Amino acid sequence: MALQSLDITARSATTTPSPSVRGEAIKVAKLIDISKCIGCKACQAACMEWNDLRDEVGTNAGVYDNPSDLSDQSWTIMRFSEVEVEQGRLEWLIRKDGCMHCADPGCLKACPSPGAIIQYANGIVDFHEEHCIGCGYCLTGCPFDIPRISKKDNKAYKCTLCSDRVAVGMEPACVKVCPTGAIVFGSKDDMTHHAEGRITDLKERGYSNAALYDPQGVGGTHVMYVLQHGDQPELYANLPKDPSISPLVSLWKGVTKPLMSLGIGLAVFAGFFHYVTVGPKEVEEEETD
Amino acid sequence: MRTMIQRYTAWERGNHWVVAITFILAALSGLALFQPAFFFLTDLFGGGPWTQILHPFIGVVMFLFFIAMAVRFWRFNHFTRADRQWMKRFGDVIRNRDKGLPEQGKYNAGQKYVFWIMVVSIPVLLISGIVVWQPWFAPYFPIWLQRVAVVVHALVAWIMILGIIVHVYAAIWVKGTMGAMTRGTVSSAWAKHHHRAWYRETTGK
Repeated sequence: MALQSLDITARSATTTPSPSVRGEAIKVAKLIDISKCIGCKACQAACMEWNDLRDEVGTNAGVYDNPSDLSDQSWTIMRFSEVEVEQGRLEWLIRKDGCMHCADPGCLKACPSPGAIIQYANGIVDFHEEHCIGCGYCLTGCPFDIPRISKKDNKAYKCTLCSDRVAVGMEPACVKVCPTGAIVFGSKDDMTHHAEGRITDLKERGYSNAALYDPQGVGGTHVMYVLQHGDQPELYANLPKDPSISPLVSLWKGVTKPLMSLGIGLAVFAGFFHYVTVGPKEVEEEETD
Repeated sequence: MRTMIQRYTAWERGNHWVVAITFILAALSGLALFQPAFFFLTDLFGGGPWTQILHPFIGVVMFLFFIAMAVRFWRFNHFTRADRQWMKRFGDVIRNRDKGLPEQGKYNAGQKYVFWIMVVSIPVLLISGIVVWQPWFAPYFPIWLQRVAVVVHALVAWIMILGIIVHVYAAIWVKGTMGAMTRGTVSSAWAKHHHRAWYRETTGK
């Protein structure tokens, strides 16, 4: 969604400065407290409603996850994990999956189309589908496996953190609808502070490893989790413990771009200067054979 | 009047130029998708989405015609002892000091290297390209493999572009070469000087 009222920190495939005259904006964050989630999927429904999305009804895969994966029509889904951290004590961990809005977004780094991926000054990472070329590079850049290419229009889609709502002072639709207050939204500082209170509470109730999930490998995220088992994020439907942009993507989008371009340029210049210094290779033509 | 000898048939020339044209289109569209500084090249193909759509199809056409060409030229590209001798004097070749170079067959060692670089790179480009071909094939491959594929594709394409720059420059540098691929003929003096073994084989002299 193009929203010109928001200042921009970074744009994909662009090396010149982004519009930023208004200076530093307050960083926002969505905090998802998994210990409070009851798996009602109201957030999924609200996301569909606000963003006008309708996924196919699909089939039951034998678990509560429905739809079973993110898609161009499902920008957030609940992932249910049954775990026994303590022997004989079943826990149902329900993680609302979706874009984490990384401070160092791999999708934006990988995107080859100028301005197709935008990072706003408030931290939201947004896709501008009208500039998307459908190459799928964002999928390789993302450490959380979030973007999905639509079969309908061959463009990439994901959670916008309701950038359109946030721009006019409203909280994201999923936050608005959550019946237990498991999802809250505000400035990143406030959300971090709020999480600290929740973690203290969880620790008092026996979850000694409760922690905030704000992975520094991607510069921190603007969607954060309170995890009861903060030492084992993988328990939560394989939430990566220490996510970062793949070194392959960093190599591909980092040094290789300028070095390879330089190499090609040098090869052409080498040829040109060889011709004007050493000169062409000519053969004396004989009159007869 | 100077005598000319046939070096390439009309079919061989046609085949070569299909590969050459598709290579140029694939390279320009590929650079546009690889390096934002070249993104403007997408305008040549009707914009970003069209570039993304066309690039892989262009690549497949290039692959198919290249295979036909590689089969035709395969037997002329085996390395021989004379090639090793020639490579030892590569510095002299570059400086146009050709006296006393070993006799060459249809291709010299430099041309053979270009041939084998293409023989290796084009299939690798096809395979790595299929792995990341949106929206048809990429969804069937895991993300980690796509990450490997994009790096391999970029690296091999780069090597191939460098190889082609050398190939094109050599044709400009060595006078009398271009006619081989445009009219199909070279002068017998050219053939004697650069590819004497091939000259004797062809003419029986």
